[in-house]
Amino acid sequence: MGKTVVEKIIQAHTRDEARAGRIVWMDLDIRSARDFGGPNVVKHYEREYGDELLADRTKTFFTFDLCAPACTLRYADNQQACRDFALKHGIKVYDVDQGIGTHVLMEEGLAQPNSTVAGTDSHMNILGAMGSFGQGMGDVDMTFAFRTGRTWFEVPETTRVIIKGALKKPASAKDLTLFLLKELGTKRLALKAAEFYGQAAAGLSLAGRLTLCSLITEMAGIVGFVPEYNDAARKEIERFTGAPFSPFVADEDAPYAETIEINVQGLSPQVAAPPSPANVKPVADLRGVRINSGFIGSCTNGRTEDLAGAARILKGRKVKAGVMLKVVPATRRVYQELLARGILRDLFESGAIIVNPGCGGCAEGHVGLTGKGEVQISTGNRNFAGKQGKGETYLASPAVVAASCVLGQIASPEDL
Amino acid sequence: MEKTTLRGRIWVLLDRSGKLIEDIDTDQIYHNAFLHITEVSEMGKYALGNLEGWKDFPAKAAPGDILVAGRNFGAGSSRQQAVDCFISLKVGAILAPSFASIYFRNAVNSGLPVLKSPRIERLAEGGELESGDELEVDFLSGQALNVSKNMSFAVEPMSTVQKEIFRAGNLFAFGRSSNRKA
Ligand code: SF4
Repeated sequence: MGKTVVEKIIQAHTRDEARAGRIVWMDLDIRSARDFGGPNVVKHYEREYGDELLADRTKTFFTFDLCAPACTLRYADNQQACRDFALKHGIKVYDVDQGIGTHVLMEEGLAQPNSTVAGTDSHMNILGAMGSFGQGMGDVDMTFAFRTGRTWFEVPETTRVIIKGALKKPASAKDLTLFLLKELGTKRLALKAAEFYGQAAAGLSLAGRLTLCSLITEMAGIVGFVPEYNDAARKEIERFTGAPFSPFVADEDAPYAETIEINVQGLSPQVAAPPSPANVKPVADLRGVRINSGFIGSCTNGRTEDLAGAARILKGRKVKAGVMLKVVPATRRVYQELLARGILRDLFESGAIIVNPGCGGCAEGHVGLTGKGEVQISTGNRNFAGKQGKGETYLASPAVVAASCVLGQIASPEDL
Repeated sequence: MEKTTLRGRIWVLLDRSGKLIEDIDTDQIYHNAFLHITEVSEMGKYALGNLEGWKDFPAKAAPGDILVAGRNFGAGSSRQQAVDCFISLKVGAILAPSFASIYFRNAVNSGLPVLKSPRIERLAEGGELESGDELEVDFLSGQALNVSKNMSFAVEPMSTVQKEIFRAGNLFAFGRSSNRKA
């Protein structure tokens, strides 16, 4: 019997037989910890292993992105504890100036196609966008991985999702993703890997793939892949990996748990209303909901293409008086590209607040929280009660967030 | 022969309408307001502290008690504290139709028995598993017996890895005792 993409990647990292349902010992090419989870890893490591060496310091990293630079004393202490540990063990820190860890690992060529990458980030699986098996893990797992370079893993079954129809403007990768989340809910992909096929998936840019793969976590899935790459996406990935790109594809007779077809022909912009990311409706149903603030960024929509798309709408327009729009590029490299292309200027002149790279808008990040009664529209991936403060969060594409901030209410770019 | 059974009183996490609560997330299990606590012994008093109807669980729980929960238990963040708070209370095991993947790993790695049983939803909602019942589970064979009601059912036996880590105590102890890591 053939193998699915995830089975092939795991098989390349284990001596056991990698078949769905089996538990294998898997080598991890990259082990990372963030300013969340990282300090616990340091603590466990020192208690359990003392001065023992890491399995491989060149494959072990810290990435600080949640609260960067630290805006609470707790984060400041935690980051420093990681820096001290890193210095002692000779490992590299991607510090608070660098941006979102998963994106940095990709840009730096550390996450490679067909590689295995683990870290203390439940959205580590976003690396599926470039054919890498990323996986979020707890701090005990990561401590063990720092020391041994391996972990145990139950090989997941794979569900094949065939997306029918073409994506047409103004619908974007985020609208596609939100719509899939609505259709698939939190049960269909639970504990499974997904492979997305069809023109609308294969046509996605790297940024679009990252958007799609970042919401697998919200679908309760393990990881998502889009095994067909268009030339532009392939080139973008090769720019980071520095090597010709040959990601694994599934065998023709690979076993799937299920094949699901979803039609997206004629899809309009979508919004996820609080309190759950799967509570997705067309913009038309929510048009007119007043907003107080907007957020453009996150691992889901923080790439150059995402911010450029928002800037195209905001250029020559103004964010409505009283509405606070926060823009956070995913990484320093993205920031630099935006700077070079004059996009930051367009955003600035529209009235947006431009923040340094990082996660920012999630949890208690460095761009601030929402207050009770505040309504926010965000390009992030979670809108659970209390996640970004006490306000209510709607999730949408960069274009919808930009248009909504101009009008002061939930709107589609076509409403301008 | 090594002991392969767990025995304890069960708590069935039902909502007001008598349904087994699904998708209990890590904020409901252990709220992020207490993430700064690093002593496991102090975490118990916050267990289920944000789950409607179950906030008094730490006061009611006794060592060895077994939790019965709905599908996708432990959804959300990767925080280890959501497991450690039950270890702090010496909870004997957690049974659910399914667990969120990171939560399941965290529990296994910390030596907290987490057992999957697709059938318990029907049993709990049908009154065949009730809070206070005495349960005996053989985690090797997957045989479970509700001693109070003399009713038996199946759970998925522990995998080899899970069993080995559980026997060693936790992932670190397992790593030291096995040549696996070499
Ligand atoms: S942007 Fe938010 S969801 Fe994404 S990695 Fe950062 S904290 Fe997590």
